[in-house]
Order: sequence, then structure tokens, then C-alpha cells
Amino acid sequence: MKCFQCKEKAIIELQHGPVCKTHFIHYFEEKVFKTIQKYQLLEPNDKICVACSGGKDSQTVLYLVKKYLQIHHQDTKNLKVLAIDEGIKNYRSTTLKDLKKFCKEQQVELKILEAKKELKYTLDRALASLKKKGKQEKPCHICGVWRRYLINKGARELKCTKLITGHNLDDEAQAVVMNIFKANTSLSAHLGPISGIKDHELFVRRVKPLYFCPEKEVRLYSILKKFPVQFVECPYAEEGYRAAIRDMLNDFENKYKGTKQGIISSFLQILPLIKEKEIQTNTKPLRQCKICQEPANQEICHACRILGDLHGK
Amino acid sequence: MEITVHLEKESTTQKINFKGKNVEQLLQQLKLNPEAIIVTRNEEILTEEELLKNKDNLTILSVVSGG
Repeated sequence: MKCFQCKEKAIIELQHGPVCKTHFIHYFEEKVFKTIQKYQLLEPNDKICVACSGGKDSQTVLYLVKKYLQIHHQDTKNLKVLAIDEGIKNYRSTTLKDLKKFCKEQQVELKILEAKKELKYTLDRALASLKKKGKQEKPCHICGVWRRYLINKGARELKCTKLITGHNLDDEAQAVVMNIFKANTSLSAHLGPISGIKDHELFVRRVKPLYFCPEKEVRLYSILKKFPVQFVECPYAEEGYRAAIRDMLNDFENKYKGTKQGIISSFLQILPLIKEKEIQTNTKPLRQCKICQEPANQEICHACRILGDLHGK
Repeated sequence: MEITVHLEKESTTQKINFKGKNVEQLLQQLKLNPEAIIVTRNEEILTEEELLKNKDNLTILSVVSGG
């Protein structure tokens, strides 16, 4: 199969035709840069924090945000990388090793926040402790709460005005479908290329430059750019509900090209309505957790409630 | 023909007795969704139309991360 633009050997068939390595890289980068511009994900004076796990998505988004800043003659000294070490033996150390190597290559400052230091527990120890107490918590649930908590805290401590994540089109399409299937549409108010409360002293707004990039394209780009990404499986990885949605969407995409893009295009049309409804229904002001002073929907934030369970309160 | 396949996610290597012609047919035989994987031969990315040869050595990379 030949590239429809230059007749070189194609490496992937996109919706508009097969493309070679050079034209794929150009197409992919342009898509990310256009997303940043169209949704105003970055502004000239932004101090940027890229939340990185060390995987393909975070390395790709870090590389491209840096490239975007360079193209637009903006200071890359305003670019920081934040990683969370949840304390998962035989897993996080591998991805962090890749990330340290990548940040050194890219000459960007890396800050690692450890759950062990910040929350006094590793995820491994927390899960073992909860199990002893007869409390069954899903590892991904605790990990997700702690990661979001530490990422926001870390980005704010770095005095950053934007928090970049490596969420891709597949992640977002899965979340949209999951929220519909579980009748949690209000949760979708927090999705979209840019989310979070604007001009709030406790929150750093989150942006997703890979919003329109299918996961397969991100992996392909990371392979072509030879980013140091190893496949390591988290010992707590579950083939749960999200994995079932992912497989279903991949089956559909394989049969009907453009399915995931269709979900996102439709979602973006109704997102303003979902956000408006959320503002009208959820009138409770954002609080500060009375234990840690971090933002919370209730008197005590979710991360501290988990710690409370661990302390037996 | 005989094809050697290394699966990244499973970290396994197996020899496949393949009766088809191209990558698409191999993926069908292995019951793998092309959306979830990338096939390489000597670090070269292959499309589904790529013809395979006897004794080809392929690596099947997982699109999904392990986290």
C-alpha cells in the first residue's frame, strides 16, 4: 500500500487514505497543535505542568507540548513534569525509569510526588491494610483518587496555571460511553479538551492536547519517535467495566471506521448543555477539606476519607 | 507457511502454521483486533495488506498501556 500523498510505503490507513511515516508524523503533530489552538489549551504566559506516568501517552504529549512552545517561540523553562509514585512494587519503578531517561533527553525538570511521603502510605500497603480490616476497595479506585489529588496539589505547588494530561480519543470515548451506560451523565460535565474550575486558587485547569488522537495513533507515533516506552502491566490492572467498553468500541471501530470520532464529535455538541445543567443542579460551593485543606465536595475530601478508613475512623 | 510471532503484552513467542497471505488474515487467525495492536517485522511497521513470507518473524505490539 502506498502513501496517497507521496507514493512511499504506507504504514497506516487513515480515514482520508493510507500514509507513510513522514506524512503520518506530520498529520499527527498538526492534529495536536490544532487542538491546542482551537480550544485555547495554552496561553502565552501559562506555566505548564505535564502529568506523566512514563507511558506512551504522557511521553508523546510532553514531547509535542515542548515542540509547540518552541515553534511559537515560548519559553520552555515554563514547562515542568510531574509524576506520581503511588508505591506499586515491580511496576511504577519501571515506568519512572523510562520517564527519568526521557525527561533528561528532553531537558525538562521532573518532580516526583510519592504517596508514601505525601499520604504516609504506599498503594501496596494501603490495600494490604484495608484487606486486613475486611474492607474491599478496588485498587484502581484508590489509585485514581490519590493520583488526581496529588497531581492537582503538585501542579499548584509548582505554581502552574495549566495541567496537561495524556488522555487520548479512546480514553475520552470510553468515559463518555461508560457515563451513558451507567446513567452518570453529570460526570461527563468534567470531560472535554479543557476541564476544571477557571480562576480557582485551589484548582489547576486540566487540558488534553491528545483529545482527538486515537490510542493506536499515539502508540504508532511513540514507536516512530523511538520514545523509551516499555510494556509493563500494573499488578492491579483489572479487566473490568472500562476494558469491556474499550473492547466493544474497538470491535465497532474495526467494523465501522470513525465510531470513536463520532462519539466525541456528538459529545462535544452536547457538552455545553451538560455543563449548564450541572451548574444549575449542583449549586453547592466547592469546599476545603477540613483535614488537608485541599479542594473537596464534602466536609472531608475523598483522599482523606480513604486515609480515615485506613486509620480505622 | 510458518510464521514466528512475538506477542509484547503476553511476552510470549510462538510459531504459527499460517495458511493465509497477509497481516489481516494472520490477525483473523490469531483472533486479534487490528485496532488494539501494531504489527512489525524487523522494526518496520506493517499495514494489514502487507504480504507475509514463510519464516517471517513478527512482533505484535499492544496499543493499550499496561496501567
